[in-house]
Amino acid sequence: MGREFGEVILDLQSVSLAFGGVKALTDISFNVREHEIRAIIGPNGAGKSSMLNVINGVYRPQQGEIILRGQHFTRMNPYKAARAGISRTFQNIALFKGMSVIDNLMTGRNLKIGSNLLQQAFWWGPARREELAHRAKVEEVIDFLEIQHIRKTPVGRLPYGLQKRVDLGRALAMEPSILLLDEPMAGMNVEEKQDMCRFILDVNDQFGTTIVLIEHDMGVVMDISDRVVVLDYGRKIGDGVPDEVRANPEVVSAYLGASH
Amino acid sequence: MPEMASGQALDTFPRLLVEHARVRGGKPAMREKDLGIWQCWTWHDVAEEVHALASGLAEMGLRRGDNLAIVGDNRPRMYMMMTAVQCLGCVPVPLYQDAVANEMLFALLDAEVRFIFVEDQEQVDKLLEIRDQLPLLEHIFYDDARGMRHYTLPYIHDIRELVAMGRVHNRNHPDLLAHEIAAGAADDVSVMLYTSGTTGKPKGVRLTHAAFISAARGGAAFDHLSADDDILSYLPMAWVGDHLFSFAQAMVTGFTINCPESAETVMNDLREIGPTYYFAPPRVFENLLTQVMIRMEDASRIKQKMFHFFMAVARRSGAEILDRQPVSLLDRILYALGDVLVYGPLKNVLGMSRIRVAYTAGAAIGPDLFRFYRSIGINLKQLYGQTETCAYVCLQPDGQIRFDSVGKPAPGVEVKIADNGEILVRGPMLLKEYYKRPDATAEAINADGYFMTGDAGLFDADGHLKIIDRAKDVGKLANGAMYAPNYIENKLKFFPYIKEAVVFGDRREMVCAFINIDIGAVGNWAERRGIAYAGYTDLAAKPEVHGLIEECVEKANAELLREGPLADSQIHRFLILHKELDPDDDELTRTRKVRRNFVAEKYAPLIDALYGGRSSQYIETAVKFEDGRQGKVAADLAIRDPKTFPVERRAA
Repeated sequence: MGREFGEVILDLQSVSLAFGGVKALTDISFNVREHEIRAIIGPNGAGKSSMLNVINGVYRPQQGEIILRGQHFTRMNPYKAARAGISRTFQNIALFKGMSVIDNLMTGRNLKIGSNLLQQAFWWGPARREELAHRAKVEEVIDFLEIQHIRKTPVGRLPYGLQKRVDLGRALAMEPSILLLDEPMAGMNVEEKQDMCRFILDVNDQFGTTIVLIEHDMGVVMDISDRVVVLDYGRKIGDGVPDEVRANPEVVSAYLGASH
Repeated sequence: MPEMASGQALDTFPRLLVEHARVRGGKPAMREKDLGIWQCWTWHDVAEEVHALASGLAEMGLRRGDNLAIVGDNRPRMYMMMTAVQCLGCVPVPLYQDAVANEMLFALLDAEVRFIFVEDQEQVDKLLEIRDQLPLLEHIFYDDARGMRHYTLPYIHDIRELVAMGRVHNRNHPDLLAHEIAAGAADDVSVMLYTSGTTGKPKGVRLTHAAFISAARGGAAFDHLSADDDILSYLPMAWVGDHLFSFAQAMVTGFTINCPESAETVMNDLREIGPTYYFAPPRVFENLLTQVMIRMEDASRIKQKMFHFFMAVARRSGAEILDRQPVSLLDRILYALGDVLVYGPLKNVLGMSRIRVAYTAGAAIGPDLFRFYRSIGINLKQLYGQTETCAYVCLQPDGQIRFDSVGKPAPGVEVKIADNGEILVRGPMLLKEYYKRPDATAEAINADGYFMTGDAGLFDADGHLKIIDRAKDVGKLANGAMYAPNYIENKLKFFPYIKEAVVFGDRREMVCAFINIDIGAVGNWAERRGIAYAGYTDLAAKPEVHGLIEECVEKANAELLREGPLADSQIHRFLILHKELDPDDDELTRTRKVRRNFVAEKYAPLIDALYGGRSSQYIETAVKFEDGRQGKVAADLAIRDPKTFPVERRAA
């Protein structure tokens, strides 16, 4: 199955981030090409989540630049990132626990809703048409992730693996062009991991979504990603296709341990 | 659309479809929930699409007499494909969609399948896995295009392409299909269903249009079914019951079949559709009841009290009211009140508010379970039949419901009991033959044209048939007392905490049992008591759980004591298995019947431990995971000795 990658869509140049005296990221550069699955790996505290937070503007790096589709951002913020088609999931699921799956997914459509509060309050005219259109989109996500049976269940009542899936669903409801996944498979059993892998690959394949993911399960990372960046103590120590990374002695000693 | 030559009898399914499109073209024939909304196909839509499918298949080279396999969940297009195939005088062969590739291989080879219609990528992948072993296979059609983008093999087609091709073909050859339909005869084979293979290799059962139409007409008249009824089609299409209820009866009466959104949403879809006609095997009714009971245990005190009070009223008089028997005025008033407060809301939650007739079959149903549903006002009845008889032998007439019988012979069916107790049946609904197995056909149908069911039974004084067990399963204990394993297992399985039971005792001194706990019910029970567990194996090993099951077994023993010849069948020893019996490990059939001999062989050390008086036994078992990998489950199983009650022996 041949896969085609496009141009570089996201380019990070010499990004450095520090919290007071703690250097989280030091002079990191890497890029992401359109339609690829790009993994960021590294031991705990290597700066992986910080990296994602820089990409979608939660953290502002002291140095460096983010180039998104040729546009330079020195000051990215989450709103701009979302507008630019970047959506993400979180390591600790950040859903509204008391709300149903549908409602949670509908929040993912928030940015795309054009009608004002008054129109929505009366569910009148354009607001009604708009909500129906958004709901139809959300139903497609539900169908895609095979969560029809929990459509109306409050998220807090769902098992962890399904909550993760709903989290992914909300990110998908935004129809992102770049999807950031922060440990999408943490804490899952083998079967749930397999399901999640399949969904990630399907998203990438069907919608052509570019995916940047952090993951600890090496088997998963090496299987599904096209290129891997390796971080250690805030520095980049490796970058390349999985086989290259696996063969890189520095990576092996820092993270992978004995090759297996 | 092909016009029917006037005066042609409605004796094949394609002709019935043309008639429905003419008479009730605008009425809903099928519904399916898709993207959260119920989509509808009228009889006109169905006829149009069926004819497009049929023309497409003709163009692709399907020839009269060919078999076409259908594999997938219950979806409108899967049902349409059945009739489309029949239009060309070919035979649809529905197969179980959850079978692994190698299980499908046998049927595909046996039926010499050239064309196959499958639901989705999962099924296509299975076929590609065994592609090398299927030299005859020419075309694979799929219904759901998801994930199929990269499948560029020339013999894999989207069903929509076939429909589009068929429409063009129809325009160019407007008479072809009408000719094909007119060429069909009532005694052509309309479907081939594979037996589940509880015994030996599966056999292809060839049933004719005449057989299924007579069975469907008989049943529809018996229960006054009409075009206004609704049914939820959620049981495997490869199973004879679904073919009778969701296909043949819908085609005969013109009622609406409703397909669920997915296998997990059936409960919800049931509630939304509110079928008037319902069919489920006992385990579905059992699961529903277990869920109700679990939720009641979590309900507030007042609700619990109310529930138990009115359920007692219902037990006393509910079934009698349904059967129009005399009941005291006070109970009538209480029952009416209970209907408002408890039974009505309960039926609503179960999606059973509109049910006029519900059937169960496939396995014996626990009397208490059966009584529960009838007592809350659901007209649940039993029927008896096999694949070979279109699932149509005996039906329970309204108002004459027995908990322990399967009713009277259905209209047009002759039933008699052979000298050895075996049930023999004769009628228009019998199979034509086993495919390519004249030996098996000759063995199953005797010289007088009776089909030998292999079940042991007897008629009671009112002419109701009672099934005791499989004829070959009924045995004797060492002391000569009657031993009917299924009967004992069903008694155990009625307890919500017990999901599956396998008993042993033929030619032995005492009866012993393997138990599978119900992870839902026992898990909930454990949670309420603060017992932590890490999965089935762990939960099954908890001493508290053993205590719980021991109580259930002792209750079953107390009941057995009162049942005359079965008093000697009390369970002396039992153990809780460390893994759930699973069709993937060949321990159950795809219809979830226990394969007793296989289980006995596989777990021989456990049986030895039960009869050897040991108090525990170590066992290691290979298991197949859903992804096809193999693994091992090991455990040290404790064996318990529940209380048994002395049997009083009266001097003869």
